This record gives sequence, structure tokens and C-alpha cells, in this order.
Amino acid sequence: MALLIIAVTAAFALALGLRAGRGRDLSLEQWSVGGRGFGSLLVFLLMAGETYTTFTFLGGVGWAYGKGGPAMYILVYLTIGFILSYWMLPPLWAYAKEHRLLAQPDYFAHRYRSPTLGVVVALVGVTALVPYLVLQFKGLGIIVAAASGGVIGAATAIWIGAAIVTAYVIVSGVHGSAWTATIKDAAILGVVVFLGIYLPLHYYGGIGPMFHAVDAARPGFLTLPPRGLSMAWFESTVVLNGLGAFMWPHGFASVFTARSPDTFRRNAALLPLYQLLILFVFLIGFAAILQVPGLRGADSDLALLRIAQVTFPPWFLGVIGAAGLLTALVPGSVILMSAATLIANNLYAPLTGARRDGRGLALIARGAVPVVSLVAVGFTLRGGSAIVSLLLMGYNIVTQLFPSFIWTLSRRNPLNAAGALAGIATGIAIVAWTTLTGVRIATLMPGAPGWVQDLNIGMVALVANAAVALAVSALTARRQPALAPAERA
Amino acid sequence: MRFLVLLPLAGFLIGTPLVNRVEPFVLGLPLVLAWLVFCVLVTSVVMALIWRSDRTRRAAGGR
Repeated sequence: MALLIIAVTAAFALALGLRAGRGRDLSLEQWSVGGRGFGSLLVFLLMAGETYTTFTFLGGVGWAYGKGGPAMYILVYLTIGFILSYWMLPPLWAYAKEHRLLAQPDYFAHRYRSPTLGVVVALVGVTALVPYLVLQFKGLGIIVAAASGGVIGAATAIWIGAAIVTAYVIVSGVHGSAWTATIKDAAILGVVVFLGIYLPLHYYGGIGPMFHAVDAARPGFLTLPPRGLSMAWFESTVVLNGLGAFMWPHGFASVFTARSPDTFRRNAALLPLYQLLILFVFLIGFAAILQVPGLRGADSDLALLRIAQVTFPPWFLGVIGAAGLLTALVPGSVILMSAATLIANNLYAPLTGARRDGRGLALIARGAVPVVSLVAVGFTLRGGSAIVSLLLMGYNIVTQLFPSFIWTLSRRNPLNAAGALAGIATGIAIVAWTTLTGVRIATLMPGAPGWVQDLNIGMVALVANAAVALAVSALTARRQPALAPAERA
Repeated sequence: MRFLVLLPLAGFLIGTPLVNRVEPFVLGLPLVLAWLVFCVLVTSVVMALIWRSDRTRRAAGGR
């Protein structure tokens, strides 16, 4: 029954995507940035869609369940990102519109007059998008496997999820994502708010009694611990992720879809309110702690579906699964589309000299979709990381673009292309090394104060990135032009 | 008006370490979680005020 509801939802989303994509021309600009004709509401939905992905739905519940207090970083980092967006996005939008830029690497290549930098930024973007796509597939796999009552294995469920996302992207493009995002957000809000209120009431008699019970059973679990995921980790992570919130290639793409720069200023005031609904996600996770104990490590991502299974009839598990499917399908499709656009526009075109305004490039982008999907499925089947850990890894990578980006908005950019390239390479090298070897600051500097050891390693990479970028630019001095005053916020 | 943006940032980064405890519960929420919710609300209000002020300034400049 649950599986039937989820299958019908997937078919409905595909039909809606097909309908939204029909009647548009096949150019890459229409497929990827909607012809820059989206009004405030659609841009709001595309940007807000970032708030409610599988990361929040399953991962947020899982981290509240498994980590407690440190999960609160999810409430904060995008809010900091929205504050920055007020000043960052309008000049970016104006520059992109004036020069008809389609993707993030175009901006870097154009600003620094360096096609090489454009290719490097495209590679960084695609690399960062892979763990983000992996976590959507992982979430889809969890949902499909749980809804089938174990009949469908996790690996098969991941393949099914990936096939749905891939088909959706190929038929719809960004128009489909924007409209399905409306339904997705309505569905997920309904489910999350209901569960966030009902579960504490049902099991504990209210939200206050639930927190008292959790605090009594696990003292200190609801706050940030003195070591590990401590206050130093929390602050460095919310700042790092806040700076990186709009460095994602699909974050840039949602900026390019807007009709007017005032959209971003309005959204900077409205979107923080949207974050408050994450509170209900936490309530679900905290409610599950004493009701479905024993989920460890990456298995904590199962907390939401596990407590739903023991609380509700199978048909309602199907409703929850259907909402979960949409939270993976919509962001997953945007991520996949961004990766495919980067490959076609910023890797294939520069290397082959293909025209960037023809149907051929749109076909290349669509052809890249299943390839990226297959790579992500491969990583999903191999990896054992929790959903939140995957996104933290992606943020560590993509935020390395921030120093080179933010200085392009200054009156006098102290960086040149060589400096930007060296800085990005340094930051990415540190992130790659620490990710692959599992090295932490604590292992590198065992004598350092506790708060230094707990810092997010991505922040260390970011500081090194900026320092190297400045030093190399000073040594190879040839300044870049900054924005004209009229282009600034 | 733009300096107001420092309020929520200070709330998140300076205030949170000062209230990193469970009690007293506020509206049923642990103190630290209630504080972060409050800071998010303040962010929204501050950004709306800045947006309004900027629009007024731009409109005056355009006349």
C-alpha cells in the first residue's frame, strides 16, 4: 500500500515535469535558467527548495536523533547565507544578465578573464555536487526500501530512485523543478509540521515534557558538548556553510532565473522565516530518541521512517514516503541538471569549441544526465556516510570558491586569475586530503587548545585558500576590474 | 539601518555560547534552541527593515 502511494506520486511528478517542459524551445538557457523569466514566487520556491531536501527531512531528523544539540547548526547556517545574499546576489544577477551568463563558471571566467579558471570552477562545482546528489539518492533508497517493508533491497531501491530523478530531469528542465517544488514544499510542510506536533504529544504529552524526558535520560544531549561537535565546531560550521550557501552551482543558477534583483532582497527577509519549520524536523528526531532507540551512525537516518512505522498504519507511511520522495526528487533534479549544464557548457564547449547557443549543447547536457547519475549511484552503493556528513563534505568543497567570488564584488579586487586559481587549488587540496585520509585538526595539532582542534577543517582550508590567493596575486600583480558602482547592491 | 544586520549575527555567534544550556525551558524548548529560534526571527525582521529602508532611499534618489 505504502509503495503504491509512492509510485503514484513519482508518476504524477514525472507527468507534471513533462507538462512544464513542453512547449519550450530546447536551448540550454531555457532548460537551465528558464529564460530568466521567473518572478519572485518561483525564485522563492527554487531558493526555499534548498531548505527542504532529503538532507533536512531524513538527515535533519537523523542528526537530532543521533547527535542532539549539534543538529541545531542546520537552523542557523542558511539564515546566515540569506543575510549575505541581500548584498551578494543583486550585483551577481546584474552582471550575469548584462553578459548573458548561464552558469557559475561563466561568471568566474568572465570576471577574471580566464577560461582556465572557468574550467577549474566547473570541475569544483561538479565534484561538490556529487556528494549532494549521493545524499538524495541515499534518501530515496531509504524511503523506497522502508515503504516496501523490506521487499525491495537498499541497492535496488537506490537504482529505482536514481532512475526516477534522471527521467524527471531529462523530460522537464528547470520549469518542471520550479513547479514541482510548489507541490513538494506543500507536502513536506504538511507532513513535518504534523509529525513534529503529533509525535511529542502522542508519546510524551507535549513538547516540554518530551524535552524534559530526553534531558533526564541523556543529560547534556540537547546542548553543544564541550569537545568534538562543540561550540567551536558549531560556529566555524555555520559561518563556513553560510558563506558557501550560494556558492553551489545550482544556487548560482537559481539567481540567474530571476526577473529582477529586488527578488533577492525580499527573499532575504522571508526565507529565514522558512527556516523556522526546521524546528519541527528536530522535534521528530528528539521524539524518536526514546521510542526507537539503538540506531547508530549512518543508521540514524532511518529514525523518521522507523518511528513512523511503529506509530502509524502502512498507508500513512506511504504518505510520508511520498513527501520524502518529492524532497529528494526536486532538489536531486536541480543538482543533476546543474552538473549536466556545467559539463556541457563549461567543460565540453571550451574543449571542443562548440557553439553555446545551439540545440547541440542542450542535447549534450541531457546526455550527461544519466552519466552523472551513474557516478552518483556508484558512490551511493559504496559509501556508508550519514546524510548530513555528505552535505558537510560538499560544503567544504564548494565554499572554497567564496574568496575568489566575494572579492569580485569589491571596489578593487586584490586577486588576479593566478591568485584565484592558486587559492582554490590550495583549499580543495586541503579538503581532499583531510576527507580521504580522515585527518582532523586534533590529529595534526595534538597540543593545540581544544577549541582549535574542534574547528571545522573546511574553515582552515578557507583561510589557507584566501591567504594563498592574496600572496600569489601580489607576486603576479595584475589587478582585475571590479564592478561599476551601479552594479553594486 | 544596515548596521542592524550585526544584531542577529552577534546573537548567533556571541549569544549562543552564553546560553548553551537546557534550563530554563522557554515555551517548552531548551534554552539554547529557543535562543536560536529567536535569532532567526530577529534576522527576518532586521532584513525586512533594511530592505524597506533601502527601497525608500532608492526611491528618493530616483526622483
